[in-house]
Amino acid sequence: MDKHQETAEPDLKRIEEIVSRYRDQKWPLISLLQEVQEELGYIPPEAIRPIARGTGLFPAQVQGVISFYEQFHTTPRGKNIVKVCRGTACHVRGGRTILKIVKQNLGVEEGGTTPDMNFTLETVPCLGTCFLAPSMMVNKDYFGKLAPPKLKSILQQYGSPGE
Amino acid sequence: MKIADTLDVDSTFQHLRSQALASMRDHLDGTRPIVMVGTATCGKAAGALEVLQAIREELAKDQPDARVVEVGCMGHCYAEPLVIINKPGNPPMAYGYVTPEIARRLVRDYVIGDDPSLEFTLGALEENDLIPSIYDLPRFAYEQNIVLKNCGHIDPENIDHYIASGGYEALARALRMQPQEIVEEIKLSGLRGRGGAGYPTWQKWRVCRDSKGRPKYVICNADEGDPGAFMDRAILESDPHSVIEGMIVAAYAVGARYGYIYVRAEYPLAVHRIEIALRQARRRGLLGKNILGSGFDIDIRLFQGSGAFVCGEETALIASLEGRQGLPRHRPPFPAVHGLNGKPTLINNVKTLAYVPRIITNGASWFSSIGTEKSKGTAVFALAGKVVNAGLTEVPMGTTLRQIVFDVGGGIPNGKQFKAVQIGGPSGGCLPQSALDLPIDFDSLREVGAMMGSGGMVVLDEDDCMVEVARYFLEFTQRESCGKCTMCRLGTKQMLEMLKDFTIGQGSMEDLDKLYEMAEDIKEGSLCGLGRTAPNPVLTTLRYFRDEYEAHIKERHCPALMCHDLIAYYVLPHKCERSCDACVGACTVEAISPDRKGIKVIDQEKCVKCNLCLLACPPQYNAIIKLSPPELVPAAKKVK
Ligand SMILES: Cc1cc2nc3c(=O)[nH]c(=O)nc-3n(C[C@H](O)[C@H](O)[C@H](O)COP(=O)(O)O)c2cc1C
Ligand code: FES
Repeated sequence: MDKHQETAEPDLKRIEEIVSRYRDQKWPLISLLQEVQEELGYIPPEAIRPIARGTGLFPAQVQGVISFYEQFHTTPRGKNIVKVCRGTACHVRGGRTILKIVKQNLGVEEGGTTPDMNFTLETVPCLGTCFLAPSMMVNKDYFGKLAPPKLKSILQQYGSPGE
Repeated sequence: MKIADTLDVDSTFQHLRSQALASMRDHLDGTRPIVMVGTATCGKAAGALEVLQAIREELAKDQPDARVVEVGCMGHCYAEPLVIINKPGNPPMAYGYVTPEIARRLVRDYVIGDDPSLEFTLGALEENDLIPSIYDLPRFAYEQNIVLKNCGHIDPENIDHYIASGGYEALARALRMQPQEIVEEIKLSGLRGRGGAGYPTWQKWRVCRDSKGRPKYVICNADEGDPGAFMDRAILESDPHSVIEGMIVAAYAVGARYGYIYVRAEYPLAVHRIEIALRQARRRGLLGKNILGSGFDIDIRLFQGSGAFVCGEETALIASLEGRQGLPRHRPPFPAVHGLNGKPTLINNVKTLAYVPRIITNGASWFSSIGTEKSKGTAVFALAGKVVNAGLTEVPMGTTLRQIVFDVGGGIPNGKQFKAVQIGGPSGGCLPQSALDLPIDFDSLREVGAMMGSGGMVVLDEDDCMVEVARYFLEFTQRESCGKCTMCRLGTKQMLEMLKDFTIGQGSMEDLDKLYEMAEDIKEGSLCGLGRTAPNPVLTTLRYFRDEYEAHIKERHCPALMCHDLIAYYVLPHKCERSCDACVGACTVEAISPDRKGIKVIDQEKCVKCNLCLLACPPQYNAIIKLSPPELVPAAKKVK
């Protein structure tokens, strides 16, 4: 379950396995990276060489793609991903305050991970649930019509905010 | 195409259709009650799965012969979770704001019993003599559902529902037409692209059709990145086959062999439902080799984006599909000539494609009879922000903003004053009160400085600061600029800095002129629409709300009391009730404490301006106010 936990050695065999499955696919890079990230929680730097070899690209090209897309991460992330919406509808309904208070609760900035690796805080341009603004997501669960007093108990459902 | 083929397509399709009808009859034979629960993202986010569970449990107790069906989004997202109960002999009834407890009651009282529980209903879904119908609501005088027609009424995970409600009939018909006839039909319909720019769809199709180079591709753009827009998501979650059918027809018309649906990363449910739909279509022979026995081959795959707004731009999208950084390139050549893999590629938006089957089925003249002279058909808007009925709506082109915001959207909540509508996302603009009677279509919006964009509409009220909204959008485009064009990368940054200064009470009147200059430079110096339209939110707010800019600059005053750095919360000592500590308890950061006399004082250093104290202060005291500029707060007295 805790596959997102930091492991000392990234599992290179898993990575090779994923790479081999994309051998015959046209334009495999992005789907491949998505799958590596899904499996390991992030894309370890050690994965870049095998991925480059498997896709016939230069490591720098792979690196370039990883850094271009916001969804790819090169460091381990927390077990729970909190995504606070910074979209228009949420913004005008108090989204900034929500973000502020979530930051206070977790003790991390945007993009940060709590020291106990339990939470990573991100923001997204719009969750597509604007009618529930302000909204946020924890992993795959949506939370809408947020008010500051609700935040603590929502976060607590996912374990103690990294003190 | 040979006559034999034509007969073949028809009989293959008729066979498919009768199978679908038969399976529907077995399942929903009209003699037993049907309970439908909306489980699109809007429903799910509001708790529809718990409601579904409660309904299943309650039904299991008594084992009545009822069917439970999961459907998509009806557009009434504000009232989710939504449940429809269709009992034989009664009109179908819609219930809103359903909780698991209400759901259990509905099952007991109405599905099993005979009490339609009118206290929970939004109305009947058919005109009848007994129960008020939801079509009596003012919004239905304006709404006309074409692409949203099936949404919320069929099970998106069951292809038979789609076929039984007329689905894939257009495809069967199209396959019996000559490809050029289809292009001609789309031309006559007047359909324009719904991805934002409103480009005539038939022209793209014809260019792609006439281009040499094989294989050709067709791409459905489902990247929907504008904040405040969620209609493409809702359509893909609620009626994915309509988009797939449109894609197949388009592919046949232009001669494409492969298709891709490029879906935004944050839409897991849409991805899931498209995958199911593609699998089912493949199994029915609607995708793959020799579809419906026509001799035409087409495969469609799904591709997930990776979180870059600029990838919604067609050339960037293609680069991203090819596994590269999503950087836009100069056009021409247009993708219809030189696209994916360097081959002719047709790119259309989700809604554009979803209109296609309807046009083929109902005819071009039906479609072109709806809408305005130059913008035919309907427009789908996502209403959000300060509006009562947030959700989706589909109205004929030419409907006015007032009708959409007030009649469909139910107006502004909490008795507040309307201020503006932000339309078209980061490439659109903010339209004021004076634009409320503007009939909206592609061209009228452009005339007033905005854009249809994707169709996101965020309603703003008196509490929203237009300078802050402009800053917000510039921050968005600045963050999303891919950096390829210097003007876009650096120009938006400079504009953003100026706007930031305004919202913290710095900046000068000369900066306003500079903003105009920068806006022009960015428009001129950017390759793609992201940069070319980035200044729109600034230009429209300057045009319609210049006084707000001036108040920020000259008086450090935010008229809407929104800019955090220009306001302070203050407890009026003469109104504060000593024995009350509602605000103290409401404050999440412990910034409020009573002074010696029990009068509450806000520690301005600690205050995060979350507004909770103001909301918590009982109305009989109304002791908390916002002041702008913050210097208006009297210096705190020393507390001994
Ligand atoms: C920055 C930027 C973002 C865009 N995002 C989208 C989008 O999310 N969805 C979309 O359909 N079109 C988007 N477009 C427009 C596409 O480039 C393209 O015009 C559209 O997909 C064509 O489809 P249509 O002819 O059906 O409108 C975007 C354009 C720009 C410049
Ligand atoms: S603006 Fe927050 S969900 Fe759309």
